[in-house]
Amino acid sequence: MLRAGLRSLTSTSPLNKPDLNTARTYEQLKAGVSIKMRMGCILKIIVASPSKKGLLVRARGLASEVNEAEFELSDCPIHKLDSGPAKKAVLTRDDGLHFYRQMQVIRRMENAASTMYKSKVIRGFCHLYSGQEACAIGMQAAIHKDDSIITAYRCHAWTYIRGIPVADILSELAAPCMLMYEVNDVKYDLSEKLKGEGRKNGCSKGKGGSMHMYGHEYYGGNGIVGAQVPLGGGIALAHKYRDNGQICVTLYGDGAANQGQVFETYNMAKLWDLPVIFVCENNGYGMGTSVERAAATTEYHTRGDYIPGIKVDGMDILTVREATRFAADFTRSGKGPILMELTTYRYYGHSMSDPGTSYRSRDEVQSIRKTRDPIMSLREKLLDSGLADTDDIKRIEKEAKEEVDAAVKVAQAGPEPALDDLFLDVYADDNMEGHKIRGCDNWIRQATN
Amino acid sequence: MEGETQKMNLFQSLTNAMDIILDSDPTAGKDRVFNTPLSEQGIVGFGIGMAAAGATAIAEIQFADYIYPAFDQLVNEASTFRYRSGDLFNCGSLTVRAPCGAVGHGALYHSQSVVIPRGPIQAKGLFLSSVRDRNPTVFLEPKILYRQAVEEVPVSDYEIPLSEAEILEQGSDVTLVGWGTQVHVLREVCKMAKEELGVSCELIDLQTIIPWDEETIIKSVLKTGRLLIAHEAPLTAGFAAEISSTIQENCFLSLEAPIQRVCGWDTPFPHIFEPFYLPDKWRCFEALKKIISY
Repeated sequence: MLRAGLRSLTSTSPLNKPDLNTARTYEQLKAGVSIKMRMGCILKIIVASPSKKGLLVRARGLASEVNEAEFELSDCPIHKLDSGPAKKAVLTRDDGLHFYRQMQVIRRMENAASTMYKSKVIRGFCHLYSGQEACAIGMQAAIHKDDSIITAYRCHAWTYIRGIPVADILSELAAPCMLMYEVNDVKYDLSEKLKGEGRKNGCSKGKGGSMHMYGHEYYGGNGIVGAQVPLGGGIALAHKYRDNGQICVTLYGDGAANQGQVFETYNMAKLWDLPVIFVCENNGYGMGTSVERAAATTEYHTRGDYIPGIKVDGMDILTVREATRFAADFTRSGKGPILMELTTYRYYGHSMSDPGTSYRSRDEVQSIRKTRDPIMSLREKLLDSGLADTDDIKRIEKEAKEEVDAAVKVAQAGPEPALDDLFLDVYADDNMEGHKIRGCDNWIRQATN
Repeated sequence: MEGETQKMNLFQSLTNAMDIILDSDPTAGKDRVFNTPLSEQGIVGFGIGMAAAGATAIAEIQFADYIYPAFDQLVNEASTFRYRSGDLFNCGSLTVRAPCGAVGHGALYHSQSVVIPRGPIQAKGLFLSSVRDRNPTVFLEPKILYRQAVEEVPVSDYEIPLSEAEILEQGSDVTLVGWGTQVHVLREVCKMAKEELGVSCELIDLQTIIPWDEETIIKSVLKTGRLLIAHEAPLTAGFAAEISSTIQENCFLSLEAPIQRVCGWDTPFPHIFEPFYLPDKWRCFEALKKIISY
């Protein structure tokens, strides 16, 4: 799909006229680019080579010079709209490299989480985003810094995209290996009782764990299927009430799309024309049930009925970005809610307790990895267009690996939450000394009685 | 609570309290008060979202009888928001109002505050505290008192502190604990005990169910040695069970008789049986006699 998209790239640039292998000297190219830049035009690159290897060779000389390239986007079916998002988009070198870095970090962070889980450094719930990277990154690229996000429990990537360092995320995930204390010469080992949730320097103080992470205008991962959707409606209601120009991106999965409260929220959001983008990240399976077995219609972008919708290729970051830009403009202008379905795929199982192979074949997963992978797709775009060369790609991958490796070390070495933290943050001003929370302290009572 | 007063029933007193809250933010107009569709889960969810985004939200569930679809939002979303975010986020400026009574209320709530007033004066003061409290609050309003209970309510702004019980009558022999409508039933029981048995009862209105004022009840039972708790909600897992357990833990050696719970039965109840279901003054009085003669 991606290759086809690239092949159909249009070009009016003089750069595609000469034989790319022979006629382009460094100076010629430089002159050509700078002229284009001065004229304020978009540099268009045609990709017609049948072999990827050949493309990379030619791209190398261009890398430091190509600053923009235009790409054709995947088609977006629309619902109750006169027109949809743009059909083409320009990607700058800076954005392209930035997106590629974010994708690499997320993929590697989730892989690290999986490894840490298998070695029991992380326990409890853990849902990984691998395969869906283009969704979060593409959406964030098209909204404002102060726009709100609320999502479900598959939230590690969003947390990172909203500015939380990988080390803080992995620390939040890392379980205490041993938590011991001593009262009246008697030793107590709480490692079993407190297992599964985080370290003190995690982004929710180690108390949220995998599903509950937060950031600036990022209202977190939420653990109950679909329950974050009315909250997103409420956040949008607050924005409208305050007339602050902000919107709320409210995300849920294809499984949650069948929840009653989602439809309650559609109704109120449309009734009051709230500035909200509902986003159904459709990865094909609600836990172990395929969408076809769970939904009367799998056209999720139409399920808002009276709410306009767009169906978006969630594996193509540029399509996601442009569709989100369209949706954000739509709802920010006061036209009310809009619904986006992002068709995507998750490589891991639903959670760590699901190997992800009993309801789908390994071949299916492999085939998606080979043909639709969002990272591979972006890499090809960058290389084929000359926005980046293999050195850029290698450098970014190395940096991402180093960042995640360092974060893993931090997460494994961080302090465990103190026992006192168990009783804090239940009510406002809980951090008062001596404040006691009823019903939480059975084993302290056992220890002290 | 001094100054000008005005005759108000319970709902007028609450309306008055909400007027004070609305007046305190003059930036917006009438569009702040609006009807929602009948979507309990949605109403509470929207309230949590608004509060999390920094607005003050007062969500009304028309009757507590219909609050159950919203329980997931109350228990899993509202009450844990502060904790699970390590205090980065909370929905403390949310208050959920729900007229209640004659049907169950009580023990299922989690860590948000649960408040229930016995009359118009308490309703206004407790409500203003609930809205301004930095924790989400479920505010239950006894339906039967909406029009029946009329008091001279101060028109000014005042607060009654949450999580503080009020001792309505001092006594030495038995402690009676109730809240909401049941306080009025127990007041009659006090009177009957004094006139017919010569027994001195200490009557306590708990006012906030969670987090509740253990200290006041414990001190009272240490003095009287006897406790009767009454509520309309069913016996099993009703809040009386929680109070009873805490009191036996703290006052074991001071208790002169087993703690008595007078509650609704563990059944649904049709209209025809309502008089038999409710913990009326006769049932409470019988339990009181058991305590005294133990």
